[in-house]
Amino acid sequence: MERINSYPALTETFKKFEPLLDSRVHTGIREGVKRMILVCGGTGCHASDSEHLLANFSALIAEKGLEDIVAVSNTGCFGFCAKGPIVKVFPDDVFYVQVKPEDAVDIINLHIIANQVVEHLLYEEPVSKQKIKTLHEIPFYRNQKRIALRNCGMINPEKIEEYIASGGYLALGRALTEMTPEAVIEEMKRSGLRGRGGAGFSTGKKWEFGRSYPSDEKFVICNADEGDPGAFMDRSILEGDSHSILEGMALAGYAIGAHQGYIYVRAEYPLAVKRLENAIQQARSYGLLGRNILGTEFHFDVDIRLGAGAFVCGEETALINSIQGERGEPHTKPPFPAQSGLWGKPTVVNNVETLANVPIILLKGADWFNSIGTGTSKGTKVFALAGQINNVGLVEVPMGTTLREIIYDTGGGIKGGLEFKAAQTGGPSGGCIPSQYLDTPIDYESLNAIGSMMGSGGLIVMSEKDCMVNIAKFYLEFIVDESCGRCVPCRIGTKRLHEILTAITEGRSTDADLVELDELANVIKDTALCGLGQSAPNPVLSTIKYFSDEYRAHIQEKHCPSGVCKSLVQYEILVEKCIGCTACANNCPVGCISGVVKKPHSIDQSRCIRCGVCYSKCKFKAIVKH
Amino acid sequence: MENKSKPQVRMLPSEHYAKLDAYIDSFHIDPHDDRRKDVLIQVLHKAQDIFGYLPEELQVYIAGRFSISPAEVSGVVSFYNLFTTTPRGKVRINVCMGTACYVNGAEKVLEAFERKLGIKSGEVTEDGKFSIESLRCLGACGLAPVVTINDKVYGQVQVEKIESILEHYLTETGNEETSDGKN
Ligand SMILES: Cc1cc2nc3c(=O)[nH]c(=O)nc-3n(C[C@H](O)[C@H](O)[C@H](O)COP(=O)(O)O)c2cc1C
Ligand code: FES
Repeated sequence: MERINSYPALTETFKKFEPLLDSRVHTGIREGVKRMILVCGGTGCHASDSEHLLANFSALIAEKGLEDIVAVSNTGCFGFCAKGPIVKVFPDDVFYVQVKPEDAVDIINLHIIANQVVEHLLYEEPVSKQKIKTLHEIPFYRNQKRIALRNCGMINPEKIEEYIASGGYLALGRALTEMTPEAVIEEMKRSGLRGRGGAGFSTGKKWEFGRSYPSDEKFVICNADEGDPGAFMDRSILEGDSHSILEGMALAGYAIGAHQGYIYVRAEYPLAVKRLENAIQQARSYGLLGRNILGTEFHFDVDIRLGAGAFVCGEETALINSIQGERGEPHTKPPFPAQSGLWGKPTVVNNVETLANVPIILLKGADWFNSIGTGTSKGTKVFALAGQINNVGLVEVPMGTTLREIIYDTGGGIKGGLEFKAAQTGGPSGGCIPSQYLDTPIDYESLNAIGSMMGSGGLIVMSEKDCMVNIAKFYLEFIVDESCGRCVPCRIGTKRLHEILTAITEGRSTDADLVELDELANVIKDTALCGLGQSAPNPVLSTIKYFSDEYRAHIQEKHCPSGVCKSLVQYEILVEKCIGCTACANNCPVGCISGVVKKPHSIDQSRCIRCGVCYSKCKFKAIVKH
Repeated sequence: MENKSKPQVRMLPSEHYAKLDAYIDSFHIDPHDDRRKDVLIQVLHKAQDIFGYLPEELQVYIAGRFSISPAEVSGVVSFYNLFTTTPRGKVRINVCMGTACYVNGAEKVLEAFERKLGIKSGEVTEDGKFSIESLRCLGACGLAPVVTINDKVYGQVQVEKIESILEHYLTETGNEETSDGKN
């Protein structure tokens, strides 16, 4: 690889590599265009054996001598992990799902050689049961606007050439040669981009603060700790478009006057770490990181630092302590990191998704970006859709899209046609949104107004099968585990909240507990030291506010309406419906079901562990839960 | 100076120490550099990869290599969930208890593993073969509920599938494949 020594040379390189993406950008079959098979290599598809599939494609292409008409490549996460491994064929724009390693033969023989779409691998729309051929017709993708995820699933993240071919590093080149740092900051401010890590602070303003403090040394940190369990948008970007993060960091470095950046990644993301290491090496050898980037006076390098499984380290002051090799405990702000951060030097901390937006904003301009979204929230937001929803995955939609549109149009509605009960946004710091707010346009302010928050973008959909008291207990358990213990409200208060919630779910509580729960939650909110403790009561407060009837059913009637809370649930066999097939008895893990073949069975309640296996195994609806 | 701080008696395998030394040497730690601890967490990860856990002897040794007090190292080790000071099983079962996995029945999956192996989460079987832990989100939420066994990821795990997943590790081949895989 040769160093690129100037902005014009970078533009030349871009022109040279641009044809690499030709068949992907300009879809539609035409004469002389070589086909491209893209195999998703993200964490999800990896787990579903995509590596083996990729190897099979390569072997078949070599064996049949098809190198002139088709190539195969690894790519980043398409966001549709539940249907993985995912394969896309360009320029046809055909989208295959759940492709097993042995299916490579069909795709090569039928699609590539005989020009026939492989029907049995097409995506089937869950409601209409229709097979859908191209990516752009799939409802899951149709309503998305991919800005932060623009390259995920489009380029090979292990090849810097493909990132450059997509226009990558051009924004950096232009900024370094044609813009002052102040002009970069001004453009970012005008774009209206706000932090995607949770707090929603203006990125341009943060950089302005970072620039305003004079110092011999400054730092840029990419927060890739992604602590919200159930959110994986940052992971997808790190794995699927690593270079966009490096470019975003270099631009932040230029804007504030920093020469060193760190990416703080959670250790649970080994593939992301590997891709980042590879990207850093490539960028250094092209002269896009390191000394005299693109032949200018600007130096900037990036190193990786690993987390070790502590949620609080996503909080920026705790994160900084962790990079310094200390316990990851937060401290009170001010001083803000922009003034005194890593080793006491001015430091700008930005989230992964925030940084992924930066290069494209500077490339296409602030006016392009701020034309998307709502009055106060510009651009798009990536959400990780999970829970009781048909299309589990990552979706990127313009700010201002309603929850209903996300859940029913993009997400394909609730699994099994059940009733929607609530959507949880903002992870352990957020709240549950009930159905009366399904039409709220999503932006930072409107989510706060209904007692939740944008958070990092986890969006867990819950149906009538989910118990809201149990969900609140789940989040509190998480907080109790993760509280760093520095301040009393968080250390002791959240433990007490958890105890009360446990008592409620076990039928050991009175109305007075509900009052204490509410009071204590408010005290913690007002007195905890850092964002973790201050926001920890949100799941409790929002569920009390919107689902008080469920709390009352647990407390007063000792009844869990969704049948989730084990202590309040009993399974019983209906004598008139049981035909004695023995499926329940054979599958009961503790052997507490007895009966003779072809005669009604019965459950020994004293030994039943309420695992629900019998309930799910019975084909005759002879087992009831109450 | 480094030699002096090494403990006199070393119970842990010396070939493991050799591997760790090679890794630590690559950082050229300067005992006078105020910022030398910035790679401490990296080194602890590597040490746990090599030795399987971070017993006191190893923590003291690492403290010596960084010229910091053993108390500082143990403070860091105890803070972070991914570090463990007791040996885990040869077959490490990790059940994700992140939100996406939880609402898709991860608790039942965890209980089923516990029942099957007769140990609780956080424990190791008597023969040292299996251990069960839970963790929070691997970022494979689309495949919820997710379980990892050593480095292999299993998606959409149902209680009924557990028997067949474990079968592989109960046999000798599963054993060989996994026992030394990481080192
Ligand atoms: C308890 C807690 C956990 C957090 N976890 C994360 C996280 O995982 N990722 C993240 O980017 N920001 C997280 N944040 C927010 C960061 O402190 C910080 O605001 C953010 O990284 C700034 O980047 P942004 O302006 O680009 O959003 C967390 C905050 C708190 C209080
Ligand atoms: S919640 Fe289990 S992988 Fe994300």
